Amino acid sequence: MNELTSRHVGKRVRRVEDPALLRGAGRFVGDIEPPGTLHAAFVRSPYAHALINAIDVAAAAEMPGVIAVLTAVDLAKVLTTLRMPLGFPTTTLPPDITPFVLTPEEVCYVGEAVAMVLATSRYTAEDGAGAVLVDYEPLPVLADCRDALVAGSPKVRREAVDNVLCQFKVGYGDCEGVLATAPHVFKERLHQHRGGAHPIEGRGVVASFDRQEGTLSVWSSTQMAHELQFTVAEMLGIQEQSVRVVAPDVGGGFGAKFLVYPEEIAIAAASRLHGCTVKWIEDRAEHFVSAIQERDQHWDVEIGVDDDGMILGVRGRMIHDQGAYTPQGINCAYNAATAVTGPYVVPNYELDVYVAQTNKVFTIPVRGAGYPEGTFVMERLLDRVARELQIDRALLRTRNLIPADQMPYVKPLKNRAGHPITLDSGDYLACQSKVLEVIDYAGFAARKALAREQGRHIGIGLAHGIKGTGRGPFESASVKIAPSGRITVSTGAMAMGQGLETALAQIAAEALGASIESIDVVSGDTAAISMGIGGFASRQTITAGSSVLLAARAVSDKALKVASQMLEVAASDLVLRDGKVEVQGIPEMSVPLGKIARLLRGIPGYDLPDGVGAGLEATIHWEPDAMAYANTFHACEVEVDVETGGVHLLRYVAMQDCGRLVNPLIVEGQIHGGIVHGIGNALFEYMRYDENAQPLSTTFADYLLPTSTEIPPLELLFMESPTTSNPLGVKGVGEVGTLPVTSAIASAVDDALSEYGVRIAAVPIDPVRIVEQIEGRQYR
Amino acid sequence: MSSSTVSVGRTLTLSVNDKTYETTVESRTTLADCLRNQLGLTGTHLGCEHGVCGACTVLIDGRTARGCLMLAAQAEGCAITTVEGLSPTGELQPLQQAFWDCHGLQCGFCTPGILLTLTELMRDDPQADEKAVRLALSGHLCRCTGYQNIVAAALSAVEQLRETS
Repeated sequence: MNELTSRHVGKRVRRVEDPALLRGAGRFVGDIEPPGTLHAAFVRSPYAHALINAIDVAAAAEMPGVIAVLTAVDLAKVLTTLRMPLGFPTTTLPPDITPFVLTPEEVCYVGEAVAMVLATSRYTAEDGAGAVLVDYEPLPVLADCRDALVAGSPKVRREAVDNVLCQFKVGYGDCEGVLATAPHVFKERLHQHRGGAHPIEGRGVVASFDRQEGTLSVWSSTQMAHELQFTVAEMLGIQEQSVRVVAPDVGGGFGAKFLVYPEEIAIAAASRLHGCTVKWIEDRAEHFVSAIQERDQHWDVEIGVDDDGMILGVRGRMIHDQGAYTPQGINCAYNAATAVTGPYVVPNYELDVYVAQTNKVFTIPVRGAGYPEGTFVMERLLDRVARELQIDRALLRTRNLIPADQMPYVKPLKNRAGHPITLDSGDYLACQSKVLEVIDYAGFAARKALAREQGRHIGIGLAHGIKGTGRGPFESASVKIAPSGRITVSTGAMAMGQGLETALAQIAAEALGASIESIDVVSGDTAAISMGIGGFASRQTITAGSSVLLAARAVSDKALKVASQMLEVAASDLVLRDGKVEVQGIPEMSVPLGKIARLLRGIPGYDLPDGVGAGLEATIHWEPDAMAYANTFHACEVEVDVETGGVHLLRYVAMQDCGRLVNPLIVEGQIHGGIVHGIGNALFEYMRYDENAQPLSTTFADYLLPTSTEIPPLELLFMESPTTSNPLGVKGVGEVGTLPVTSAIASAVDDALSEYGVRIAAVPIDPVRIVEQIEGRQYR
Repeated sequence: MSSSTVSVGRTLTLSVNDKTYETTVESRTTLADCLRNQLGLTGTHLGCEHGVCGACTVLIDGRTARGCLMLAAQAEGCAITTVEGLSPTGELQPLQQAFWDCHGLQCGFCTPGILLTLTELMRDDPQADEKAVRLALSGHLCRCTGYQNIVAAALSAVEQLRETS
């Protein structure tokens, strides 16, 4: 993109999405309700594990306004299979592990859907759901993922061969040999819990089957429209082109909507069965029990270092809670395992991973996708080394960071596509130094001593994080100029609040010399473009942005060639500016892009201009060869109330290197949100279950999201190390802010309470445990 | 369960954004559902239906209220303001403009309720500082923004109001 003068890219452009949203004129899935719509409510299991002996729908079916009560038996009539497909197919997992559209015989987590009621209003549908009588026979429950490894523990599902879904090793080198002789070896037992995604708009789907046309229209709050289209078509046994999926305005995703859910298929099937529009809008209680979570990991790890704190090896075992089914794969556990070594030189590494099933809702990635977990493990180990060897925490990291002059740095690890993990660019040490300067790390000891004199306990914490961003295999974009001169950018990438449309419009505007106002971006509509992957893994500016750039360049080349013929001027003397192709330096000699578009539409019986083909448009499916590794370094100051264990954030400074910034305004917003998500994971968000795997925190009054009064002003810093892995030189942003937050806050709490020997080994940080440790009680 | 679960409709006269609506709802219908489903004012969003997230916040006689915790019938005789009432001509008002300028929203789902809470705050406390803004916002959940640019937008709007008054 070097040859582009930056009129749009790199500018703090206000978002094109905003005016409608600010007037209350957004269009979310809940706002879509064609006349005659039936409303659905699901009957969900109150047991974590039980057999279904019988379902009595009679009382519900008789209720005025109830149109139908459907069970697995009914849906099976219109489905090719009752079982959801595995999202990321692989041969390494056992068969029969995915959830059912409606479960026919056995419920395996609280919230699993067994029936659905269709009614003339949502109120009536919920009444009906309450009147469906299900005869359950409770079965023993597996609630703690560590128990999955214990022989004789209750089976998570009767069909399960083993409660351990799979076991794998990640690593390289000779950990055993190195740790046997290392001057210092320290062991940690760490537990982390990340809770749910909780976009403020929950899930929702509207499906409308047209009997005459044989077509199905689906509106869904999804991060993957094309995958939903494909899956609906497969499961309903209809042609893919007969299904149109539209994601309207999506009220946040954060991972919760990067899955084709059983409910989406159930609603589509019900619409087909009844030949009418069926709508289901999830309520928050349902989100708590039936939307994906990304949850517990238990780590037993050890680190070997020399007398200077240089890392010799890291080894351990991790148990990952997969939940009751596997709808997508084991990417979360894999990402966490491969993220541990992060920005550091770790000569030897070995991790045994157990993906353990439990009678809880299934897990897939939430913002960060395993990377925050891996980061937490490494950063906690380094803090331990620093404490034991009395080396400053920052200095210890300085010694072990991968130096900038070793970029690109190839790790002896593979990402899940099987490619070597290659850190493409970045200066981790420079990021650290700058943040520590801004937060006055050097002066902290004096601030801490002064605070202590005042009876206050303050601490400073720091942590690094890196993340592979921009996963493939591709993302689609087409750029088309209409005879009116308006430019349409269509993409399979998914807008869900990030400002994707603005960013793509900036890129297209830059490449076409057009104004942002002249561009319409269409995302999340399978009718607009034939293929697409969707929104996950901080990928869309990289992948869709690159496709938009290349498509816009192709369109630009075409326009130049045609204009060259029309103006009889060499193409090299022409430029695109303000919606026209003009002769450089002679703006009055120009031809509007719309006129070229009209010509390339073709006129019956007349030739097209030479050598360009029909249509002023181009479609590109850019494929990344490698991930772009974004890095971040955070430092924060906290104050801990030793009476209550309450942690209060005083200051938060974060440096990001996300490569080139397309729109700094949007990037800052993404980082703010990412950091605060991490603060939730560090201090507030805990999805509690009892010993019977009964969820206990099922409202926002019980499950605490961070609110405005808990968050200090966030101080952001940026470095821009462009990557060569994509033509824009950008790296992903969406998840990067979340990665090191739990680590930095844990580090700061340890520091604040150093005189008590408090050590944070689990997140979210539990104030009660802090007080217990201060009082010298056993750490549980 | 009996047929009483579908209750007899109840006719209400509601004043929303200075416009009078007559509508028939079940007695149990919440104000938020009535606004969205009966009156077509879908700018009021539902994020939790537990009264916690604040997305459904509207003004009732100028005071903020949770649309999900109030029955439509209770709002009869009150002046109701929803997000659609903030810019009746379609032109963004200073608070909305500040949100646009400061990137105070991302997915925009929680935004309508927040705009109404801040409308109340700016009216009652024209000198509102960051602490006051954060306190007012603490009744709202936003998963996208980390609140920082919402606070910035609110303070910018307060500043503008001060300059123009």
